[in-house]
Amino acid sequence: MVADAALATEVVDLAVTPLRELNQRLHDVGRTGAGPARWRIVNPRGAHAVACGLDAELEVEIDGHVGYYCAGMNQHASVRVKGNAGTGLAENMMSGTVVVEGGASQSAGASAHGGLLVVHGDAAARCGISMKGVDIVVRGSVGHLSAFMAQTGRLVVCGDAGDSLGDSIYEARLYVRGEVAGLGADCIEKEMRAEHVEEVRELLARAGIDDAAAEEFRRYGSARQLYTFKVDNAGAY
Amino acid sequence: MAATLPGESSRGGEWQPGLRESALFDRNVIAEIQRAAREGIYDIRGFGAKRRLPHFDDLLFLGASVSRYPLEGYRERCDTNVTLGTRFASKPLELKIPITIAGMSFGALSAPAKEALGRAATEVGTSTTTGDGGMTPEERGHSKLLVYQLLPSRYGMNPDDLRKADAIEVVVGQGAKPGGGGMLLGHKISDRVAAMRDLPKGIDQRSACRHPDWTGPDDLEIKIGELREITDWEKPIFVKVGATRTYYDVQLAVKAGADVIVVDGMQGGTAATQDVFIEHVGIPTLCALPLAVQALQELGLHREVQLVVSGGIRSGADVAKALALGADAVSIGTAALIAMGDNSPDYETEYRKIGTSAGFYDDWQAGRDPAGISTQDDELASRFDPVLGGRKVANYLRVLTLETQTLARACGKSHVHNLEPEDLVALTIEASLMARVPLAGMQLPLIDELAVRVAPRVAGERDRPAARR
Repeated sequence: MVADAALATEVVDLAVTPLRELNQRLHDVGRTGAGPARWRIVNPRGAHAVACGLDAELEVEIDGHVGYYCAGMNQHASVRVKGNAGTGLAENMMSGTVVVEGGASQSAGASAHGGLLVVHGDAAARCGISMKGVDIVVRGSVGHLSAFMAQTGRLVVCGDAGDSLGDSIYEARLYVRGEVAGLGADCIEKEMRAEHVEEVRELLARAGIDDAAAEEFRRYGSARQLYTFKVDNAGAY
Repeated sequence: MAATLPGESSRGGEWQPGLRESALFDRNVIAEIQRAAREGIYDIRGFGAKRRLPHFDDLLFLGASVSRYPLEGYRERCDTNVTLGTRFASKPLELKIPITIAGMSFGALSAPAKEALGRAATEVGTSTTTGDGGMTPEERGHSKLLVYQLLPSRYGMNPDDLRKADAIEVVVGQGAKPGGGGMLLGHKISDRVAAMRDLPKGIDQRSACRHPDWTGPDDLEIKIGELREITDWEKPIFVKVGATRTYYDVQLAVKAGADVIVVDGMQGGTAATQDVFIEHVGIPTLCALPLAVQALQELGLHREVQLVVSGGIRSGADVAKALALGADAVSIGTAALIAMGDNSPDYETEYRKIGTSAGFYDDWQAGRDPAGISTQDDELASRFDPVLGGRKVANYLRVLTLETQTLARACGKSHVHNLEPEDLVALTIEASLMARVPLAGMQLPLIDELAVRVAPRVAGERDRPAARR
């Protein structure tokens, strides 16, 4: 019976069920270790904070568009959005996987510490802002100031990147296949060595993207010139 | 005697009759110009604003006499408890005293210093607060009530600690630098601090001035909603702002759904900020507090959304005056560090070695604190005994509480929250206008006197035809 319950897909209709009740039930699975492992959420209708704070190896599929902070602070869970996502998608994610089949608004993966975020459409401005270890793969393009103050982790962009990519970047690694409108302060293009091609190949495979060749990407990262404040660098800001 | 301050003789000359110092270009100004010319970088330091500002010192209590009767000092009850977060949170913060410990980061402070603050707060039944850099096990372990800050940098932010917290504080700004981020200088980035912040050791670590995933008040409302959802609506959510446009900031934070508003006046301390920022941005606690109270009153939510005020709280008199003006609680930061041993004359020899003196030390950014408080150096930090340090801060918190009760009883109050603006008068015109209490000897707050006596005459003048003036 327990095994059956774990395999069955629990369907929650947000047109009927309050968001609070949905999130509480998802959290209860993490807390008690009991309850369905597969969830399907219908009629999200742009609701904010859908499936945020998950802390269990759940599979959650959301049929439709979501608002801000979907899958925020995710741990362990796999969340798939069959639609578009609003601001702060998977913000501060720790682990697990978040996949969006459409586009993502600004600050996707902001401050995320771990896990994998995949956006099949475009991601808007500040994608990967302040990222702290997450891997982000965007099949389309990213907006301006993406990877701003990015600390660690990898950002792979199959399309183009907007202006000021990697501004004030720390140790994160950025890979872009298309055009980069401009690099931010202390961000430079770096040599694409064999290990980097391998890294991109592995990330594309994990993201399920098979129509982009790893060799076509260029690598960007920190020049490490602004790591310690020096007055001679004042003009760089 | 010459006005030579300890440690200054090497920087300035000795005064003698006939030598007249400029009020405009005094020795400190001259030394700063010379330093700027030499180093080519602005002065970054710790501590708070050092300039003289209108403050609680400019207010006095009207003790009871014939028209009011007082409570017996050493006998009659005067309660001090306060509950923070009664608006939406299912588990509000129950404090025994209305004095909390403000957010100070592990990174800025050593781990033993953070532990001491937790020990002290727990001993007297109040809360302490994390800072930029996350929550340490020492701090959580020794703090019965711990407020977890959500800062723009999100260093060390994680959902496990969020759930372990007793309240969440969304930090928008701090009084020492409203509108500014921070910089933890490389020499304070130990292996442990670096690991907590996901950054390499030894580099300058910037704390952003804006949150990465929300910008305006409408976004803040959604952000608070997410934090409530993640923590199942249990934790009180504070919003902390540095005092500037306080009336509007408080109204917007309340509308965004805050349970508690924290207003940090410009006297609030910092671990590392440009001196020009500390001294020239923000407004004093004395005028920020009435602005916050006005904003809450106009929304009909004063006391329902609690107000915590910080920035220059040193004594029970400061606490009592803040409560009388409408705060539900206060926070202390700088004073707690001093209680732990910062600027203690015990370290005078070592202060001299680094070019300063007890009573003047403000290089909290440098990580060379002889008292072992604002440092990540293991040798220096090991000098600081967290048990003894915690005892000192607990003692200090008890004194603040006793002083507050003494003043409240003198005004006839059986709870410190029964103190009210009409228990206060101001010593200066500025304080009367800022705090909105009467100038000592007058009946109405100066602002109301102006409205009643002066405004009609000015209006009368204006209404008269120009030709007859």
